[in-house]
Amino acid sequence: MASLETAANPKKLRRVAIDPLTRVEGHGKVTLLLDAENKVHQVRLHIVEFRGFEAFIEGRPFWEVPVTVQRLCGICPVSHHLAAIKAMDAIAGYSHLTPTAEKLRRLMHYGQILQSHAVHFFHLASPDLLLGFDSEPTRRNIVGIAAAFPDIAKQGVLLRKFGQEVIRHTTGKRIHGTGAIPGGVNKALSAAERDTLRAGIDQMIVWARDAVRMIARLHEVHPAFYNGFGGFRANMMGLVDRHGALDLYHGGLRARDADGGPIFDHVDYTTYEKVLTEEIKPWTYMKFPHIRALGPEAGWYRVGPLARIQICAYVPSELAEIERRDFLAIGDGKPVHGALLYHWARMIEALHAAEVIRDLLDDPDIVGTDLMAERGERRSEAVGVIEAPRGTLFHHYRVGEDDLVKFCRLIVSTTNNNQAMNEAIRAVAAEYVDGRVLTEGLLNHIEVAIRAYDPCLSCATHAIGQMPLEVDLVDADGVLIDRRRKNFGGA
Amino acid sequence: MSDSDSSFTLDGRIIAFAPGQTILAAATAAGVYIPHLCAHPDFPPHGSCKLCTVTVNGRDGSACTIQAAPGQEVRSDTPELHEIRRVLLQMLFVEGNHFCPGCEKSGRCKLQALAYEIEMLSPHFVQFFPHREIDASHPEFFLDFNRCIMCELCVRASRDVDGKNIFALAGRGRESHIIVNSPSGKLGDTDFAATDKAAEVCPVGAILRKEIGFATPIGARLYDHAPISRVDLAGQEK
Ligand code: SF4
Ligand code: FES
Repeated sequence: MASLETAANPKKLRRVAIDPLTRVEGHGKVTLLLDAENKVHQVRLHIVEFRGFEAFIEGRPFWEVPVTVQRLCGICPVSHHLAAIKAMDAIAGYSHLTPTAEKLRRLMHYGQILQSHAVHFFHLASPDLLLGFDSEPTRRNIVGIAAAFPDIAKQGVLLRKFGQEVIRHTTGKRIHGTGAIPGGVNKALSAAERDTLRAGIDQMIVWARDAVRMIARLHEVHPAFYNGFGGFRANMMGLVDRHGALDLYHGGLRARDADGGPIFDHVDYTTYEKVLTEEIKPWTYMKFPHIRALGPEAGWYRVGPLARIQICAYVPSELAEIERRDFLAIGDGKPVHGALLYHWARMIEALHAAEVIRDLLDDPDIVGTDLMAERGERRSEAVGVIEAPRGTLFHHYRVGEDDLVKFCRLIVSTTNNNQAMNEAIRAVAAEYVDGRVLTEGLLNHIEVAIRAYDPCLSCATHAIGQMPLEVDLVDADGVLIDRRRKNFGGA
Repeated sequence: MSDSDSSFTLDGRIIAFAPGQTILAAATAAGVYIPHLCAHPDFPPHGSCKLCTVTVNGRDGSACTIQAAPGQEVRSDTPELHEIRRVLLQMLFVEGNHFCPGCEKSGRCKLQALAYEIEMLSPHFVQFFPHREIDASHPEFFLDFNRCIMCELCVRASRDVDGKNIFALAGRGRESHIIVNSPSGKLGDTDFAATDKAAEVCPVGAILRKEIGFATPIGARLYDHAPISRVDLAGQEK
């Protein structure tokens, strides 16, 4: 297949970067409130400039939305693409997909999981874990890893690249392609493309398993630290398939409490409003979702790898399930809650994603050409939900007869984890705030705790990479007594 | 008649022309591309976008409106003219809301393809972010004036080919915009039809078919394989 790379005059095909979203750059702002004894008594994580995207979607034609929403996140655009398309399938009148279309979408999604988890772990988190939180900041990055652990860095880069190749072959581009359209997909996978991917996947499975084992070894050296850092008891939520197994593409909603006890199960996600609601707080645009029946105080939950790996009955792929059992053993039959354990769970999912990709590539349907389903009755309202790399992602739309979106509600993974991230920072701050000044060490620890959930608050900054972070220390009288910033570029 | 009676030079190349041909038409026929946007072979020239600016005997003018004349010395492929075209394009980008990544026309949009052709890598100027309307009243088409570049091709097609006169230019200067000639001002109240010439001429994504969005995968779209200069000369422009 000819591609941009083989065009006769590639220079003239260079992409132009024209993107109004670059004007909504956001950053994370953490406010630590001290009590009269200078102990941290309240923490607020506030993602600045988070609002705006829903308004940007309202008024647009519905079929454009699955492409446009990819701008929300520089790391998991495919997850937004697919959550939106699941809703738009229903809007356009498609109640099912052809087997090939569904499998191609799954392939796309698991490619996204592999790619995103690899970036999150190798590029953004492994420097903290392998080089130390307090290591020289200019070297605490993938370049520093490449110098100290060249094989690990190489594997991380190639795992990410493989995920990107899966995405490119299914959406046309490594980032911000098209791929899924209401009722199916626009591109078949050729046998040649399948063979190219198939040739590489076995190596990816080996490397992904090595990564899981590496984190297990890190844990073995400092178990108490890994179990405790940024830890707190929390409810957990995610999608599971009808057998209760992990399914990152589709399923029913399951919630478990901090001890693993049931809260709700197999809830049809189109009825999520029956079980979940959002609290609005005056100090932030980010809402606080929680389980309706438990209320805002007790009903908040955590989503993402650490929740998913622990609420599912099993991971439906051989090697990842073995690793999951080893992981669960550290809790002695009880769920574990340490922030750094996210990375362990994350790499178990990366291994699972690689295994799923292999199985999909071995399925003859994957090179089928029956891409579009039969169309039925149109609908005016629909919900699409998917397990994005960082957790459950809700897209809810109402569309008028004129095809324009009248209402859009997005509950992104970071919003689902809002309270949990606040708790993680509180746990860290309680341990590391010392007196009335902010130290570099404290900033590093806050950053590491946030990064366990979200590598760079990318859904706020719409870009990959460094997380711009501002931390304020406010005393009992409400006076700002210290402020520090990280990764603000020129600012 | 000697050769020089019916030819001019374009960047040193001898270009033959037929009587009445514009510089742009003669160059295209001879296989030489001059960037252009509002010109369309099916319609009389409009001369509004100025993308086709060339230097004729030392003076700048629009290749789509200037008649070819014997012995003209025309320059098109010069750094100065490329710079003018780049600035014109950048202004077109910032005065509308051209959000390429979410646009269905991406990959077959002339404005975007020209931006690649002349290597415009950023909009450079401050975006206007104007407030423009979407008209989704028609069952099969929608109008998104966020992307309109006021080339008036729809105006010309509807009036001259379809005989319907559905579109018109209103306002002046920065206030100019395309309107729909119907009592409500809505496309749904006109007899606009999918078979109209006006339904296919828009060079950007301002007049679009509803619901068939993104059906063509990336890699198979009009400008994915070849730049607009080659697509245009091969007569594949749609
Ligand atoms: S709607 Fe399209 S064809 Fe009509 S003036 Fe605008 S850009 Fe030109
Ligand atoms: S193409 Fe000549 S002025 Fe637009």
